[in-house]
Amino acid sequence: MTIKTMAEATAEGIEVEVLFWVGCAGSFDARAQKVTKAFSQLLDKAGVPFAILGNEEACTGDPARRAGNEFIFQMLALQNINTLNMYRVKKIVTACPHCFNTLKNEYPALGGNYEVVHHTQFLQGLLNDGKLKVEGGTFKGKKITYHDSCYLGRINGEYEAPRDLLTNLEADLVEMKRCKTTGLCCGAGGAQMFKEDELGDKRINIERAEEALSTNANIVAANCPFCITMITDGMKAKDKQDDVMVMDISEMILQSVK
Amino acid sequence: MQQIIFIVLTGIVSFFAYKKFSQIYRNIMLGKSSDMSGDAAQRWQNVIYVAFGQKKMFKNWIPAIFHLFIYVAFLFTQVELIEIIIDGVFGVHRFFAPFLGGLYTLIISSIEVLSLLALVATFVFLYRRNLLRVPRLVKSELNGWPKLDANLILIGELLLVTGIFTMNGADSVLQGIDPTHYPDTGRFAISSWFGPAIFGGMEPESLMFVERFGWWLHLLVVLGFISYLPYSKHLHIFLAFPNVYFSKLTPRGEMENMPEIMNEVKSILGMESDTSATSGGEMPEFGSKDVFDLSWKNILNAYSCTECGRCSADCPANLTGKKLSPRKIMMDIRDRATEIGNNIASGDLKYAKTKDNTDIKTLTADNYDDGKSLFDYISREELHACTTCNACVEACPILIDPLEPILKMRRYEILTESAGPGDWVPMFTAMENGGCVWQMPVEREAWRAEV
Repeated sequence: MTIKTMAEATAEGIEVEVLFWVGCAGSFDARAQKVTKAFSQLLDKAGVPFAILGNEEACTGDPARRAGNEFIFQMLALQNINTLNMYRVKKIVTACPHCFNTLKNEYPALGGNYEVVHHTQFLQGLLNDGKLKVEGGTFKGKKITYHDSCYLGRINGEYEAPRDLLTNLEADLVEMKRCKTTGLCCGAGGAQMFKEDELGDKRINIERAEEALSTNANIVAANCPFCITMITDGMKAKDKQDDVMVMDISEMILQSVK
Repeated sequence: MQQIIFIVLTGIVSFFAYKKFSQIYRNIMLGKSSDMSGDAAQRWQNVIYVAFGQKKMFKNWIPAIFHLFIYVAFLFTQVELIEIIIDGVFGVHRFFAPFLGGLYTLIISSIEVLSLLALVATFVFLYRRNLLRVPRLVKSELNGWPKLDANLILIGELLLVTGIFTMNGADSVLQGIDPTHYPDTGRFAISSWFGPAIFGGMEPESLMFVERFGWWLHLLVVLGFISYLPYSKHLHIFLAFPNVYFSKLTPRGEMENMPEIMNEVKSILGMESDTSATSGGEMPEFGSKDVFDLSWKNILNAYSCTECGRCSADCPANLTGKKLSPRKIMMDIRDRATEIGNNIASGDLKYAKTKDNTDIKTLTADNYDDGKSLFDYISREELHACTTCNACVEACPILIDPLEPILKMRRYEILTESAGPGDWVPMFTAMENGGCVWQMPVEREAWRAEV
C-alpha cells in the first residue's frame, strides 16, 4: 500500500477523510513503528481515505511543555497548527495518547481547532459501522489484561473504547487491581521517558509489570507507544519477555480482522 | 454570672477567630488572580455532589462511611449550637423545647444518634491512624505537628460527644426531679436510658453541676475548635466548599497557556501576534518561584487540604519510594503562605526587599523578600519525579490539584533559571532543531516505504 502525505494528497486533488498523526514514537521508535504500520493497514482495509503530514509533522510539544519548557512547546505547536490549518485539516486520528491530549486539549488555545480522536476510538467506530470485521479466533481463550494509559484514560476519560475492541476479540479480559480511574502510570509521562528516574525503591514500570503479571495474562494490551516501551522493559526486567506479550490494541485487531 | 462569662468568652473567641480567618484570607490572596471561566451551574453541581454529597469520598467505602457519620453529626449539631448560644446569652434553658415540642425530641434524638455514630467513627479513625497505621496516614511528611493535629481533633471530637451526652443525660434525670426548671423534652433516643443508668440516684445539686459541666464542656470544645481551626488541617470543614466551587473546569489534560510566551514565539516565527501581551524586551520571570507566583486557587487548595494522603497513596512516584508526595507539596505551599503572611503581619522591615527600594516604610506583599522561596520547602528532586499522570488530581475528594503547582515550579526552573534535569537537554535540543524528541538521522516519513 502507499501512504500519502497531505502535500501529495493535496497536489493530486484527493479528498482526505482523516489525518493520521503519527507522532515521534510512531515515526522513529522501531517498536512503535509496527503499531503505525498496523494501524495504517487497518485504515486501508476499512477503505478510509487518510494521509499523514510526513516530514511536515513535528512533535506536538507535549514533553517539552510538561518538563516546563513552554518556549519549545509554543514553537512546535504553532508550527504544527500553521501546517494543519494550511491543509484545512478537520479531523485527526493518532495512536499516541500524548499527541491526542495535546492536539485535542491544548492546541485550541493556540488557534488549532480540530476533531481529534484516539485510534482506539476510531477503530471502535470502524467496527461499529461494519467497515472492519473481526473474528475471535486469534485471541480466543487468551488471557488479556488491559493497561489504561493516563492520557487516554484518567486524563481524557476514555476507558470503554479500548475495552470494547478487546471484547470483540473474544479474549478473556482480566482487569488489574489498579485500572480505569486508578490505573497505574507506566512511568513515562511528564517527560520521564527522557530522563533517569529520581532516587527510589523501585522503577514505576516494574511495579506495573508485576501487577500485570499477577493477573496471569498472556498479553498486556496497551494504547500508547511509551506504555508499550515501559511495560516491555518491565517484563524484561522480570525475565518474562517470552511469556507475556505487550501489544497495541490495533495490532491485535489487525491479527483478527477478516 | 454564667451569662456574663458566656458572652465575654464567646466574644473574645469570635474576635480572635475573625482576625485569624482574615489573615488566612489574606494569605490565600497573596496568589495571582486566576481564570474563573466556566459554567457557574457546573460549579454549583460540583458543590452539591462533591462537597455536600461527598461523592469522591465513596471511592473508598470504609473511611467514607465513618467520615460521613462525623460530617452529618457536625452539620446537625449546629442546630443544638444555636440553642446553646441563645440559652447562654439569655440565661434560659432549652429555649427551643417548648416551641418545637415533639419535633424538638426528634431533632435532639437525631443529634444523639449521629453523635453516637460519630463517636464510633472517632474511635475507628484513632485506631486506623495509631494502631492499624494505614500507610497513607503514617507517611513521613506527617511526622510531628500534622500527626498531633489529626489526633487532637479526634480527641476534641470525643470531648464534644462526651459533653453532649453528659448534658442530655443529666437533664433527663433532672426532668423527673425538678420539672419547673427542667421542662419535659420527651424521651431522647439515647440519653433517656443512658442518663438514668449513669446519673440516676444522684443528689439534685450534683446533677445540676453535671448538667452544667456537660453544657460548658460542649461549648468550650466548640469555642476551642473555632480558635484551633486556623492552625489545623481541619480548616477543610469550611474551605472544602469554596475549594470545590472554584476548582478547574477546563479539560484535565490542558496546561494553562502562557500568552506572553505564545506571542513572543509568534513574533519570532513572523506570525501575527498580540504584541500588548509580550514582555516588551525586559526578561520577565516565568513560572512559580514562590506563593506570589501561584494563583490564589493553588493557595486555597493548600489551605483546604486535609492531609488525608489519598493523592500520595495513588502517586506512582511516591509508591515506588521517590521523594515526591503530592500531599507534601500542598502542605509546603500552605506552610510557606502562612510564613509569609505572619512575617508581613509583623511589619518587620527586615523582610522588605532592599535591592531596588531603599526607603520602604511599610512591608507589603509587593516589597516582600525574606531571601527564601518555595524551593526551600519543595526540592527539585520532588518536582522532577512527577509523571503528570493525574492520579493525585483524581484521588482528591475535594478537587485539589497538586499537579498544577508542580508544573508551575518546573516552568520556573526551566524558563527562568535555565536549570532542570540534565537528561532533558538533549531532548530539548532535538525538539528545537529537528522537531522530534530524539535526534534522528532518518526522515520522519521513512517508515511509510516499508508498509
